[in-house]
Amino acid sequence: MFKSNKIYIKILLFFFILINSSVSEEIKIPEHDWSFKGITGKFDRSSLQRGYQVYTEVCSSCHSMSLLSYRNLGEKGGPEFSVEQVKAIAANFEVIDGPNNDGEMFTRPGRPSDKFVSPYPNVQAAMAANGGAYPPDMSVLVKARKGGADYIYSVLTGYTEPPTNFDLEEGVYYNRYMEGNKIKMSNPLSDDLVSYSDGTKATEAQMAKDVTTFLTWAAEPHLEARHKLGFKVIIFLIILSILVYFSMRRLWLRIDSKE
Amino acid sequence: MSEHTYTPQSKFGKWFNDRLPLLSLASHLTDYPTPKNLNYWWTFGGILTFCLLSQMITGLVLAMHYVAHADMAFSSIEHIMRDVNYGWLIRYIHSNGASMFFLAVYIHIFRSLFYGSYKSPREIIWILGMLIYLLMMATAFMGYVLPWGQMSFWGATVITNLFSAIPLVGESITTWLWGGYAVDNPTLTRFFSLHYFFPFLILGLVILHIWALHVPGNNNPIGIDVEKPSKDTVPFHPYITIKDLFALLIFLIIFSGFIFFAPNILGHSDNYIEANPLVTPKHIVPEWYLLPFYAILRSVPDKLGGVVLLFGSIFILMALPWLDSSKVRSSIFRPLNRIFFWILIVNVLALGYVGAMPAEGLYLLIARVGTAYYFAHFLIILPVLSRIEKTQPLPLSITDPVLTGK
Repeated sequence: MFKSNKIYIKILLFFFILINSSVSEEIKIPEHDWSFKGITGKFDRSSLQRGYQVYTEVCSSCHSMSLLSYRNLGEKGGPEFSVEQVKAIAANFEVIDGPNNDGEMFTRPGRPSDKFVSPYPNVQAAMAANGGAYPPDMSVLVKARKGGADYIYSVLTGYTEPPTNFDLEEGVYYNRYMEGNKIKMSNPLSDDLVSYSDGTKATEAQMAKDVTTFLTWAAEPHLEARHKLGFKVIIFLIILSILVYFSMRRLWLRIDSKE
Repeated sequence: MSEHTYTPQSKFGKWFNDRLPLLSLASHLTDYPTPKNLNYWWTFGGILTFCLLSQMITGLVLAMHYVAHADMAFSSIEHIMRDVNYGWLIRYIHSNGASMFFLAVYIHIFRSLFYGSYKSPREIIWILGMLIYLLMMATAFMGYVLPWGQMSFWGATVITNLFSAIPLVGESITTWLWGGYAVDNPTLTRFFSLHYFFPFLILGLVILHIWALHVPGNNNPIGIDVEKPSKDTVPFHPYITIKDLFALLIFLIIFSGFIFFAPNILGHSDNYIEANPLVTPKHIVPEWYLLPFYAILRSVPDKLGGVVLLFGSIFILMALPWLDSSKVRSSIFRPLNRIFFWILIVNVLALGYVGAMPAEGLYLLIARVGTAYYFAHFLIILPVLSRIEKTQPLPLSITDPVLTGK
């Protein structure tokens, strides 16, 4: 029945292409070749570790990451720091705890089970310190932006001189990939801003790549497990459906041979 | 359902079956005579049953970990995604499952449209199906609100605000729905409660839908009645069950592709931003399966008019068995209806496309033309066409065309 209707599908395609091409002037986000893309995609372990370094040394002064715990840094499929490293990382932070038996709040060194310490006590404080713009929490940021990792990377590397007749207010910066080309965050990265312990050269592009990888993991910590399981599930389903197909053929032969 | 008698072999079986004829029911379901020429478009009933059960089971587990509170809903979903064992899998099955459920239900509905399955004597099956579809939309909409992201919140605001268009009592109804003067915590908790409850209503209607189906039996691709059950039909089990299973497995492969490799592609990225009543997203869009109706809603500049058209577009479908008076069911033998069927599909897809776009300029124009055409299809084209159409000759029996090989 559907063979004779190919022409309608062609009309349909033509129609969509027509309206698609007539109205669309969005900023195009270039795509990059991430190691975690595709059906066998995995995170680059050392890139995740470097990305964490960029996050703590640069981003975390304004951006919280309140959904993550320090223990996550040592879990499988993540940066996979060792148990000792995770303990040491957590201990670097002062965590407010309490109340104790005297009813007082107190600070203590962080433990792996603690959530990432936020730079500001609340949203209002964060806005007040950043010229009225709230630096968004980074826990699921990659999933909360159209274009995902490509978008984050593009914004981080998209700071250029504004065109000559472009109006910029005080405290606003030009960015090629930001909507409206205006961003309230100044260029956060510059060459050699951090020094990587594994000898990788800390260029702006390298840091952007590493921190984007880290943020993608933070937003989707089970990505590797998901890809692995998905692969097995689909192979299983394909084999099972082949078996069921031949069983079905055999079964229906009883009916078809009667005629 | 009592046309054949079944007597259990064992004494206990007979004793039990006389008091509660469960064994007779099971026997009816396995022996149920099914036209042997059903094609794969007929496998979506089974697929839909699977979808409903899968949503109910994953939803049951999600409800154990989800917190229905405006301050905690968003982070409780992330808790499921991060810390609950295989929570990410259960949630992605549930969220993509909704999309797959609608994909299957649209194929099921359009199959019915093409083969005239809504026609006499199957009008009640069709109306029950439409009620299921309505409840599905309500359930899916409320489920989308639960993560309490930006689209959840603003989608809920837009949709609940529709009721304020009702003259005189609109404002009061909206306040009543919200449980306050804006979408807030009371709205979230009642949506959660209803989201958990509605699937049981759907399940009940599905049972009635299947019951009503088992009275006249299945329609089939050539749309003529079964003449000789012994020649034209096969027992449901094992012939149809294995075919449904095969189709379900193929469906699951596609489903798995979404769950494991593109779990967020059908959702909106803004829903990973926690709800904020002070910041309105630039474009508020519903999930893809509601987009054609969203386009219809926005095609009218008047709010009440839009709401009337929105509900009209669904209720008009319930009158379909009486709008289309052609005696011939299958469009294989209806050359004109076949053409308009495809135009309707293109029209609905186009409405869906513009529903995702801002309501302005060319998009708005397409939405208006599409909406007008949608109603014209059911109110003008079908009634006229079914009277003037010269249908092609029907085969004598289901077995005949099977015999000739085509």
